[in-house]
Amino acid sequence: MTNPTPPLIHVQGLHKRYASKPILKGVQLAIGEGEVVALLGANGAGKSTLLRIIAGLMKADRGEITLGGVSMQNAGAELRRYVGLVSHAPLLYEHLSGLENLTFFAGLYDLQNSGARIEAVLQAVDLWRRRNDLVRAYSRGMQQRLAIARAILHDPPILLLDEPDTGLDLPSSHMLQSMLGHLSDNRRAILFSTHNLERAANWANSVAILTGGTITQYASPAMIDQDVWQGLQAVPRGKP
Amino acid sequence: MSVSLPPAASSAPISSPDAGLNPVQALALSPVTMRTGRSFGRYWQHVWRMMAKDLRIELRAKEIIVVMVAFSALAVIIFGLAFDLRVPRPTMVVPGVLWGVLLFSGILGLNRSFSAELDHQTLTALLLAPIDRSVLYLGKFLANLLFMVIMAAILLPMLLFIFDVNLFQFWILLALLLGIIGYVGVGTLFAALTATIRARESMLPILLLPVMVPVFMAGIKITEQVLDGRNWANFQNWFGMLVAFDLIFLTVAFLVFDLIWEDV
Amino acid sequence: MSTSTLTATTTSATRQRSNHIGWLILSTLTMLAMGALMGAALLYAKPATNLAGTEQIAQRIFYLHIGSVVGAFIAFLLSLIGSIVYLIKRDLDWDRVTQASVEVGIILGASTTLAGAIWSKPTWNTYWTWDPRITTTTITLLLYIAYLLFRNGIDNRQTRARFSSIYALFAFLSVPLTYYSARWFRSIHPIVFNGANPDAQGSFNIGATMLQTLWVATLAYCLLFSTLLIFRWRQLRLQDRIEALREELE
Repeated sequence: MTNPTPPLIHVQGLHKRYASKPILKGVQLAIGEGEVVALLGANGAGKSTLLRIIAGLMKADRGEITLGGVSMQNAGAELRRYVGLVSHAPLLYEHLSGLENLTFFAGLYDLQNSGARIEAVLQAVDLWRRRNDLVRAYSRGMQQRLAIARAILHDPPILLLDEPDTGLDLPSSHMLQSMLGHLSDNRRAILFSTHNLERAANWANSVAILTGGTITQYASPAMIDQDVWQGLQAVPRGKP
Repeated sequence: MSVSLPPAASSAPISSPDAGLNPVQALALSPVTMRTGRSFGRYWQHVWRMMAKDLRIELRAKEIIVVMVAFSALAVIIFGLAFDLRVPRPTMVVPGVLWGVLLFSGILGLNRSFSAELDHQTLTALLLAPIDRSVLYLGKFLANLLFMVIMAAILLPMLLFIFDVNLFQFWILLALLLGIIGYVGVGTLFAALTATIRARESMLPILLLPVMVPVFMAGIKITEQVLDGRNWANFQNWFGMLVAFDLIFLTVAFLVFDLIWEDV
Repeated sequence: MSTSTLTATTTSATRQRSNHIGWLILSTLTMLAMGALMGAALLYAKPATNLAGTEQIAQRIFYLHIGSVVGAFIAFLLSLIGSIVYLIKRDLDWDRVTQASVEVGIILGASTTLAGAIWSKPTWNTYWTWDPRITTTTITLLLYIAYLLFRNGIDNRQTRARFSSIYALFAFLSVPLTYYSARWFRSIHPIVFNGANPDAQGSFNIGATMLQTLWVATLAYCLLFSTLLIFRWRQLRLQDRIEALREELE
């Protein structure tokens, strides 16, 4: 199948050392529009690191990353406009209300007519009624929903989620799943990391497994070897 | 700068034409347009928003100004006790007390400026945004500047009260402003440097205070000369020092700030 | 971008040998030079004619005092260069140069202050004055000790190099400003330590042998600085290499 448009996320030969320890040793990954990819790997495998490099927070030591055909090295700050990141920490100002948080970030992204967009986003995550409450009064699930709202506020074609399901209550988890379902249209690429194999299988249409610093398998959930699944479940926490 | 990514405006139609769209589906209908590219006006808009955000948070959290004012009040009282009846004229010690207290209590405010962002990882959100990193520096700089000016405005009456010395004189106020600008300019950068390391609260004063010595000396000398009734010719070189310090260090800080955030 | 300390630092055996011979020669020269300096300072240089007694003998510390301050200045200048080059090239070797020269600079700076204090007690009956040069040297020492403390608190190797280089930039820039401030600070008081001021107590005229001894001092301390720098730099390099090997084994 020839696809003339470049993949939305294209990682080639990515190397990264962190505190003198090599974490990523030549990661290759290509994610196109419409794909929802689950990134699996044991603790310390480098999933967070990879996501943060793609988001532009960290610089790789070696390797090429192009987003939508534009190289990260050349583009700089502007490229971050097209990326949204949801981390397991909420990344929100607890002394500001939900609405104030989103208004602030909308300003940083230079959104036009931000009022309407903010309202739509808050309605979508079901926080509109609590929009004027300070974030410190939100529950963990509500904070994570607001974090997702912040990430999709500027409608990024590339959405990255770093273990977004950690510590989520059940309704928020369902909401996240429904949200991902609606967001995964053929203009967007979604990459999320998770520990939960069931979620990986249900939410994603492809799975990428990160071990030993590289992507060792990349296929639809059904095609992944059973023993690899078992291996991922059996790996004790803390050992790469 | 044009990027070949799909446009941010959403155009995908929703299949169900009826009312009763759930909010998540409705999201696809709400368009997003972003102004791309860089512009001078928007840069300063971002700086302003960054500063406004810090001011609003401070109004609610009250972590910075209150702490600085409390500390400086205590310091003034302690120095008042220390010099009481030992010094023939309070104008002899007030310049030192003024600038010493300013330098030490400023540290408390500076420490909070970045550590607050790190505690809740909001710094990550700021670094994700498509803004120049220097916006972060200038925004924080302006906010910290305002906080310190407010603290100085409260410190001067306190010194009047305890030491009976009137510091509300033009050249002293100007020196204070220039000195605080230099202090906050370097201090904001150093606060960013120390925010991510281990012993963060104790490292900032150790790094900052030796670098501030020229400002400290200039401030004291100007204050002394003004209190002694000398005129401009006597201390014009000290103002030159303050201006030189501010220009050199603010420029270097602005240029170098980007380098701090390569590995978050 | 060389981030692998292993591949960058493996030197061939012959190269190592010639390095070792070079260092041996350098160290020997340094020892000879320092020995010559001590001889010149204690014996060769004529005693100061307008001083007497303990003052006259104490004056001889002057040569060590000047030598070490020249060495310290070169050290801190090199730390500035190392910082800037590191920030541009990101080669950790330059960061090691910065760290090593700061350390050597602190040692030489501290010995300047100490020599000065020992000299000034018999001469001016005080260990300390607010003389601009003394003040600046002391503040400079504090600046660079802060540099080392700062480095100590950062675990990530690259972050440590980057952050401390940024700080070293500011530290060096503040030194001239501090010096001028210190000079103006005491302008209404006579500068106590000024050889050219005949009214200053304890001043002396510089004769020919003294000048020669000063040159010997400058040379000897430059050699001392170079030797200490190279050895310390090599030590840091090996330290990083051990760290990297340890990581590989884990």
